[in-house]
Amino acid sequence: MKLLRIGVLALQGDVSEHIDITDMAIREMGLEGEVVTVKREDQIDKVHGLIIPGGESTTIGRIAERYGLLSKIRDASSAGMPIFGTCAGLILMAKHVRDARTGKIDQPILGILDVEVVRNAFGRQRESFESYLEMPKIGKGRFPGVFIRAPAVSSVLSDEVEVLAIYEDKIAAVRQDNRIGIAFHPELTTDTRFHEFFIELILKSPFIERDSSKLEEENVHGRE
Amino acid sequence: MTVTTVEVRSKKPLFGTVRVKRGFAKMQKGGVIMDVTNVEQAQIAEDAGAIAVMVLDKLPADVRVAGGVARMCDPKRIQEVIDHVTIPVMAKCRIGHYMEAKILEVLGVDMIDESEVLTPADDSHHIDKWKFTTPFVNGCRDLGEALRRIAEGASMIRTKGEAGTGNVAEAVKHMKLVMNKIRELRSMNEEQILDLSKEYKVSIELVKETAKLGRLPVVNFAAGGIATPADAALMMHLGADGVFVGSGIFKSKDPGVRAEATVIATTYWNDPKIVLEASKMIAEEKSMVGIDIKTLKPEQMMQIRGV
Repeated sequence: MKLLRIGVLALQGDVSEHIDITDMAIREMGLEGEVVTVKREDQIDKVHGLIIPGGESTTIGRIAERYGLLSKIRDASSAGMPIFGTCAGLILMAKHVRDARTGKIDQPILGILDVEVVRNAFGRQRESFESYLEMPKIGKGRFPGVFIRAPAVSSVLSDEVEVLAIYEDKIAAVRQDNRIGIAFHPELTTDTRFHEFFIELILKSPFIERDSSKLEEENVHGRE
Repeated sequence: MTVTTVEVRSKKPLFGTVRVKRGFAKMQKGGVIMDVTNVEQAQIAEDAGAIAVMVLDKLPADVRVAGGVARMCDPKRIQEVIDHVTIPVMAKCRIGHYMEAKILEVLGVDMIDESEVLTPADDSHHIDKWKFTTPFVNGCRDLGEALRRIAEGASMIRTKGEAGTGNVAEAVKHMKLVMNKIRELRSMNEEQILDLSKEYKVSIELVKETAKLGRLPVVNFAAGGIATPADAALMMHLGADGVFVGSGIFKSKDPGVRAEATVIATTYWNDPKIVLEASKMIAEEKSMVGIDIKTLKPEQMMQIRGV
């Protein structure tokens, strides 16, 4: 097996939190690997899996479109690359997006998860909250759920989509093959189980055989 | 697989926790928050890729010209922006003005800026921000001010700079003072840390936490005088987590393209070729006219408000 290398899309959002918890998850699993930031489309070729962090989906989507990342990620996804999105990441992965308050639907997205997502489904920041969730398909017991201006899956458009979590009648986590989209932020907690689940998907995917050794040093840096 | 902690104990949702409030600020990292005065400007900002808008009655440069007492924006105007854009909406209240902040919270703004750009309502106290569900951002000139605001409950910090001048020099100074002091802090012994906490009038725990993290315990943005994409990239280079642009965009003659160029330069601050590309998108003669800080009288300095 090649050295495990996981990319975090680092255009905007809580990138460093994802890097930290993914590092923790790799250690928890007793694996060796590294987590790198992805800002340019050619860097997609050098990772075994990609995390799309929380942030503003409109901001991330527009920059990603401008610099050719959206089409590159779409291609990588259809070739089987495991992708994990939290909050803004879920919005970007969805096939259709609409805002709960304004009804706006026009923003650049990837369209790689067969779901419709409603933005700001739980309300504004004032209505943001933490609670716990149960997700027997991921692990036993309770999972901390931190929801920040969170979206929710409003409809599932394909039988391939598996619902992983529901909170207050709203779909908060889904999986389709090796794509995972969730409405909340495990990266703001110390519970590594969701990231471990994603790493398991990477390990089982043919993408792990990709030669990642050509990644330039400049891409492996600390602060984002 | 192991679960290190079961962090959330309540089945009922908990609103306005430290994690939820500071977490909101974390989602803003790497982005640009733009000052706007109406729906049209807010739409331009959203289309350009702003992560949030800050709604004001007047841009800081116009506050300078107008003089008199600068207050919270008309809530009706904030409401219009809230109804129109999908990105977070922030607004400013006067330093120490608990009631303006309450109004903004009830209105539903996503973050409140207790700002020196407005005329302070209390010369000696800031708002007790722990009492709010809505997170606050506060300005600072140095580490002491930053930690005092965090001790009062701020979920995000920004440099004060000197707003409405189009001159980045003060923001640079304030960011460097914060960063250099944190570097110094990391090599301090217990006694020096205790002395510093006394000097700053904050708890020793907060100073220790900052030393251990090697950064502020909350997100730290740059603000006050950022006018060009290069200014934004410079502040990121100095360690800012993101930038606020006040008058720089909508006092320029090319706001749409300048807003977009500033977003690009903030994301790709460590790639000079892309910062160049962003700088070429704007025209220098269309930048807002700047003010040399040395020509300001002490009473014209906004940064000395609320220490």
